[in-house]
Amino acid sequence: MSKAPLLEMKNIKKDFFGNQVLSDINLTIEEGEVVGLCGENGAGKSTLMKILFGADVIRETGGYGGDIILDSQKVSFQSPFDAIAAGIGMVHQEFSLIPGFTATENILLNRESKKKSVLSDLFSDRMDTLDRKDMDRRAIESIEKMGVTIDKNMLISNMPVGHKQFTEIARELSKEQLKLLILDEPTAVLTEKEAEALLDSIRGMSKRGIAVIFITHRLGEILAVCDKVVTMRDGYVVNESATKDTSVQDITKWMVGRDVADSDVAYVTEDTGADKNIIMSIKNLWVDMPGETVRNVSLDVREGEILGIGGLAGQGKLGIPNGVMGLYHSGGTVTFEGKDIPLNNPRKCLDSSFAFVSEDRRGVGLLLDESLEWNVSFPAMQIQDKFLKKYFGGLLKWRDDAAIREVTDKYIEEFKIKCTGSTQKAKELSGGNQQKICLAKAFALEPKLLFVSEPTRGIDVGAKALVLDALKKFNKEQGVTIVMVSSELEELRRTCDRIAIVSGGKVAGILPAGEQLEKFGELMLKNC
Amino acid sequence: MNKINYSDYLRRFSVPLMFVIICAVCAPISGLSPSYLCNEIVTRMGRNAFLILSLLIPIMAGMGLNFSMTLGAMAGEIGLILVSDWQIVGIPGMILAMIVSVPISALLGLFCGKVLNMAKGREMITSYIISFFINGIYQLIVLYLMGPVIPIKHSNIKLPRGYGIRNTVSLLSMRQKLDNLIPLNIGGVKIPVATFIIIFLLCLVIIWFRKTKLGQDMRAVGQDMGVARDSGIDVERTRIISMVLSTVFAGIGMIIYLQNMGNIATYSSHSQIGMFCIAALLVGGASVEKASIGNVFLGIILFHTMFIVAPKAGTVITGDSMIGEYFRVFVSYAVITVALIMYETNKRKNKSKAGEQLALAQEEANE
Repeated sequence: MSKAPLLEMKNIKKDFFGNQVLSDINLTIEEGEVVGLCGENGAGKSTLMKILFGADVIRETGGYGGDIILDSQKVSFQSPFDAIAAGIGMVHQEFSLIPGFTATENILLNRESKKKSVLSDLFSDRMDTLDRKDMDRRAIESIEKMGVTIDKNMLISNMPVGHKQFTEIARELSKEQLKLLILDEPTAVLTEKEAEALLDSIRGMSKRGIAVIFITHRLGEILAVCDKVVTMRDGYVVNESATKDTSVQDITKWMVGRDVADSDVAYVTEDTGADKNIIMSIKNLWVDMPGETVRNVSLDVREGEILGIGGLAGQGKLGIPNGVMGLYHSGGTVTFEGKDIPLNNPRKCLDSSFAFVSEDRRGVGLLLDESLEWNVSFPAMQIQDKFLKKYFGGLLKWRDDAAIREVTDKYIEEFKIKCTGSTQKAKELSGGNQQKICLAKAFALEPKLLFVSEPTRGIDVGAKALVLDALKKFNKEQGVTIVMVSSELEELRRTCDRIAIVSGGKVAGILPAGEQLEKFGELMLKNC
Repeated sequence: MNKINYSDYLRRFSVPLMFVIICAVCAPISGLSPSYLCNEIVTRMGRNAFLILSLLIPIMAGMGLNFSMTLGAMAGEIGLILVSDWQIVGIPGMILAMIVSVPISALLGLFCGKVLNMAKGREMITSYIISFFINGIYQLIVLYLMGPVIPIKHSNIKLPRGYGIRNTVSLLSMRQKLDNLIPLNIGGVKIPVATFIIIFLLCLVIIWFRKTKLGQDMRAVGQDMGVARDSGIDVERTRIISMVLSTVFAGIGMIIYLQNMGNIATYSSHSQIGMFCIAALLVGGASVEKASIGNVFLGIILFHTMFIVAPKAGTVITGDSMIGEYFRVFVSYAVITVALIMYETNKRKNKSKAGEQLALAQEEANE
């Protein structure tokens, strides 16, 4: 170990507006080493990689603490371009490709081979013509480095997903200075065969001396290809061990294991409601929600229960409520109390006494420029003719401002909403209080079935507890069936009766809330 | 599979096809002789092609149809007005007018590009409104400033009140000077060889431009601004350059157009030119995001054949020549509307395709 490591990250810290997301991260990578990085959503993997890659968002939110040492030199990247120049490449989860360009053109995007032309001297070197032959040569070279075959002349838009992924990797490999490649869930979109080819090419890169950071939820792949596996949880590195000394079970445990000793919450441990009525039955549902695709989901919701839907980000859990409520294009059958509910028609859903608290609070959930009164009463007024005074036998409908104020004040008090009064504008409230308004709005509809999507995303601890308690109370006192989608497993376990885990767009399994954490962990990783 | 391709083609070329049918029906009714028709079409080709070609670059850069090409047309007109006051005639006059127009066009293009960078995704409506705004400034300059501020010597182009420019400025001194520079007459059809050579050169420049680094960058920016930016391309600058080029070309195109016409309608020449050029391009089978040189020429032939035969046919059928005039204005707006609607429906169609695929994959899995 006389040689200095390629990359050292020392005591990396990062907070977003006081919210600590990374604490004291230490990470060392040798030349040609393949490091697997795993952890649940929100464990801090992406943030760590963004820091390393000099992403703009890190600088905009106040930078980071700690040191990054690359090739024995302290570096601090101001932008991704600095990172690229220093030899770091990153393949993001979302493709960064031009659809109408060929593989060659994409691999060499903005780094094309050029020939001088007459106008180059007159204007700038942007008037150089492209040297197609040399571009082809360089593209082939980097595709060969990868060890898989893709057609260099094929348009990206005609390519299968796997080839798109390979094109991205080839682009990174075509950069001469590349020393460290970050792959963020590269196999998530690949078929098994393609994934196998990718793992091969990772091994090849490592032999050439290129170090790889490999982020994936497929733990088997980490074991197959990595030298070292680093597990993160809640902003800490909880474990770092050589791959040969570990197993999928170990990693799963490190990923999900939490200090639950101090919790005095009684979980619902047994599935006691098997004899209850099925109030809603979803069959063969597909939803085309970008980034949250749902495939062939069948799910029964029992009357009066709180059903949790959990899973990792991007696996499709958000797609289920959004698809059923008609916010995204969907297909399949949904029956509620024995009646078919037409899909892609939000109004019909609302008419059938569904309500939905969207994860997109500011976009879908609220009328930001209107008062709290309007926000709370608007859907009820529109859909159920509530809060209206009728004249001439219903010919003329007049808003009942007194009733609206009364109901808004009731919820402001009940949910302890911090505001100057019921006429304050919704956009002026904090995130947690906005969320409470969203709930009030849904409650005012007095639904039979309530979908709640990520109810605690981005709100503080106090508001979180209040929101969850309100949901539970609403469920118990009014007998409303609730389907709650959340990325936080712990929160689901504390609130729900049963939890369905979605993985790869499908329901991987349904467990009682009190089941062991490892079992949930297994289901989460089942199809992804 | 073949059948799907067939209907895809049909949809793609539905607008040109519609015009082929209109022309085929109207041409015999109009009773115009083929040689007259040919002559007219060749003349209009020379007159309009340069202007329409100027639209191609912004489409390549993903900025849609450049309604603000009118800005370049105004710059060209200002150049011509000044040159005709300086009494520089013939080809030198044209060249000088172009030289005068280029910096004005470039400045206007720069302004337009900057504004459009603030209105990404709404380029077309923004550029349309910009053209109205700049038209106001153009009128201010031509109607009030030319005379007191910008010296105009000759009273034959000045309004009788002593300042401002007349409604019509005669370009008799350079009328069709370019067209007739190299005379050629084939079977009674007069061919403006010099004009065609210039148009041909512009086509070559556009083809060559696509092969340059800048052209490649524009294509990248046009397809995905985010990806282009991530790869280090200066998106804003690239878009501004495309607007500047388009406006400058439009200015030169307007000068070629007006030398063929032989006079400037000071306050209206430019106002409809954008609309007619865009309609012609769309008739040629172009779309908001894709247009080729072939579209330009096919568009000119079809659109202008319709332009010539429809009024005649209208007169023959109804005995009223206004009906044809009405028809061609109506059709050019209709074409643009249809093209914009088709652009939106295609986008939506592609979106729902993703859903259909999901449903299909699921069915297969269930079987």
